[in-house]
Amino acid sequence: MKRAWMRAGALAALLLGAAVDGAAARTVRWAASGDPNTLDPHSQNVGTVTMVLQQIYEGLVTRNPDLSPAPGLATSWSQEEPTRWRFNLRQGVRFHGGEPFTAEDVVFSVARAQQPTSNFGIFVDTIDRAVAVDERTVDIITKVPDPILPNKIISVYMMSKPWSEANNVARPQNTRAREETHTVRNTNGTGPFRLAAREPDVRTVMARNDAWWGWQQQQQGEGPRGNVTEIVYRPVASDATRIAALLSGEVDFVLDPPLQDLNRLRSASGTKVLEGPEVRSLYIVFDTFRDELLYSDVKGRNPFKDLRVRQALYHAIDIQAIHRTTMRGQSVVTGTLFPEQVNGYVREEDVRLPYDQARARALLAEAGYPNGFSVTLDCSNNRYINDEQICQAITAMWARVGVRTSLKAQPIAPFFAQIQRDDTSVYMLGWGVPTLDALYSFQSLLASRGSAPGDGIWNYGRYSNARMDELIARMKTETGPARQAAVREALKLYREDVPQIPLHHQMIPWAMRSNFTIPHAANNQPYFRWAVMN
Amino acid sequence: MFAFVLSRLLQAVPVMLVVALISFAMFAYVGDPVSIMLGQDFTEAQRDALVRDLGLDQPFFVQFARFVGNAIQGEFGLSYRLSRPVAELIAERAPATLELASCAAAIALFVGVPMGVFTGLYRQSWLSRFFLTFSLIGVSLPTFLIGILLILIFSVWLGWLPSFGRGDTVQIGSWSTGFLTGSGLKALVLPAITLGLFQLTLIMRLVRAEMLEVLRTDYIKFARARGLADRSVNFGHALKNTLVPVITIAGLQFGSIIAFAIVTETVFQWPGMGLLFIQSVGAADIPVMAAYLLLIALVFVTINLVVDLLYYAVDPRLRADRGASARGT
Repeated sequence: MKRAWMRAGALAALLLGAAVDGAAARTVRWAASGDPNTLDPHSQNVGTVTMVLQQIYEGLVTRNPDLSPAPGLATSWSQEEPTRWRFNLRQGVRFHGGEPFTAEDVVFSVARAQQPTSNFGIFVDTIDRAVAVDERTVDIITKVPDPILPNKIISVYMMSKPWSEANNVARPQNTRAREETHTVRNTNGTGPFRLAAREPDVRTVMARNDAWWGWQQQQQGEGPRGNVTEIVYRPVASDATRIAALLSGEVDFVLDPPLQDLNRLRSASGTKVLEGPEVRSLYIVFDTFRDELLYSDVKGRNPFKDLRVRQALYHAIDIQAIHRTTMRGQSVVTGTLFPEQVNGYVREEDVRLPYDQARARALLAEAGYPNGFSVTLDCSNNRYINDEQICQAITAMWARVGVRTSLKAQPIAPFFAQIQRDDTSVYMLGWGVPTLDALYSFQSLLASRGSAPGDGIWNYGRYSNARMDELIARMKTETGPARQAAVREALKLYREDVPQIPLHHQMIPWAMRSNFTIPHAANNQPYFRWAVMN
Repeated sequence: MFAFVLSRLLQAVPVMLVVALISFAMFAYVGDPVSIMLGQDFTEAQRDALVRDLGLDQPFFVQFARFVGNAIQGEFGLSYRLSRPVAELIAERAPATLELASCAAAIALFVGVPMGVFTGLYRQSWLSRFFLTFSLIGVSLPTFLIGILLILIFSVWLGWLPSFGRGDTVQIGSWSTGFLTGSGLKALVLPAITLGLFQLTLIMRLVRAEMLEVLRTDYIKFARARGLADRSVNFGHALKNTLVPVITIAGLQFGSIIAFAIVTETVFQWPGMGLLFIQSVGAADIPVMAAYLLLIALVFVTINLVVDLLYYAVDPRLRADRGASARGT
């Protein structure tokens, strides 16, 4: 990661004489499979929307190339009281439409993200309100102490209050409204690029915003230096076509190249592949709630309630084989809930139960299933990298220890609909951590459902453990070493209690033409402000 | 004549209703748009509110009746995925698909007919055999593979033509056309060939078979006996008489070119209605899918009607039969 941006920096420094000040037009033609559904910054919390909007909009806090928090529209911040964070705003910033950025805009934007039609609730869930102290200071009052508020506020982009009100978009776009709202296709941010053209599903053009404060800082030698003046994004859904376009030089940068093409792209002249870990982990999740599984031949009891059965299925998975064959080496095998980029990670807890078929059979026999049992594994087939193939491999591995598994792989639309009705016995889920903090995963995946807002909303195995809930409650309010102690204990509990079988963290390869450089980011977001085009 | 058209139109109504019902019923199983619209973080209350707002808690036939009622007024609601009116989305995408389909049809006709005539006349020549072998490829290779092969050869290896997209377009009123720019025309070549190849081989084989048939008939022999020039016999007499079924088939195939542009549009990221449909399927965007299927059904019904009317106009026997039976009663 670090090396990647240092390389970007070194290259940029080399080109200093030639490329600065946007004297030459440097256009990056960029492609990926999906197109943003909307350009409303507080509506859809999905990667395809963010990858475009984060070029245009900014939050109070932004990120460094290594994804750590960095001053954005706020130059500094501090926790004045347990429930009050103070943000000092950057002065002289203007929106692309010319409106000055003010404390009122911050108050407005935070309130907008809190609206029920917003999909960004989890980032503002602890916030009571934002208060403009004076023109250059804003206080954010939280309902409970929130130690990680600056991490969460990164995802809350700032909009202009007068512009939003003039265009009747004071609330995030709403499916209730029977007409298209202004923000679906229009933007007005403060970021390094402004929207120049937008044809949904065809073309999105962004032009460099020369007035962006960050370009000046780059001039003064802070961080890597970017020289891109225009970004042309075009979605290309077909994998083969996207790669063909890269090979033929019609696009410069592909965000999601298919794994099977990587070797070719590495060896082809004129293209290169940049690899790095992604903050997205895959798990097998058990229904540990029902007294009898929906899809199994075991009647009258639920084998997954027995720790030994969960351990047995864990021992049965040959994760190295999946890593080598299914993922072609493009995964980071794990035994814990999230990768090391996430705040709270504990290396000692990142240990798997070893692959051991004999042990698996013994545990199953001990639990009263010497002849195994049958179960259906639910899986998506178009969401995570090689998701269906991973499930096929696991199906075969479990069959070898006697658990006759049938695979039900579906596209995400029906798959999510099904598991969100708790209509599953065991399923595979991938999970990203946009806040880069441990709480996000624990709260959504492992907290008992419904104990507090946001708790257990993706816990479809309905795992419930009083100790885990207690630790999660502590993570929400405590700070410093006490909080880390809670995270550490929760990770230990996760490892011992096996509510899920962790598989691996995804690796994300980015493919590009050799003359293009961009720092690789583990959140799978390209930051074109640091990109260099030769 | 009027009664004929009216009866055809009345027959079309139940067809459209059945298509509407089938597509609507099918969508109950494609997945839950709500979970896709809500994303990763939401509360149960938000979820219930959305279900209510979309009317998804209503009984099936209430939803269907409302859908048909709105569809008659051309109102298909808002796309779940893009939050824009469906009618507007389809109108925006239609030019791309129609331009691509007409180019494909033109290629199929203007290349397929001469090839068919040639293979019919010179059955033994090596070129005919080559054409026939080539047509086997066109019939048997799936469209997406042909598209990928063309991309590999002409974009990646030779670098002559773009591998995806529509190039630059010019907006004329509400119609966006790629015919007026260099990049637009270049972008059209590969997808049009891919889409038209199957129809081309079909038309070629049809013309060939018809030619072989006609060339055996007495009036051709008679024409030759009269000493008419080969050209006049082959094109003036033979080809003319093969064209009636060819035009019928070509007309009907135009409907399927529009409908089956889906695969070609996906391979070439061609921003037409087929691509819109595929993207909507991925997101369980029911309003768009329903509107698209209805539109395709409408295209087929219309083309069938036009073909029927053409028969009526072209084939004197049809009219004579009707006239005779009318007199008889």
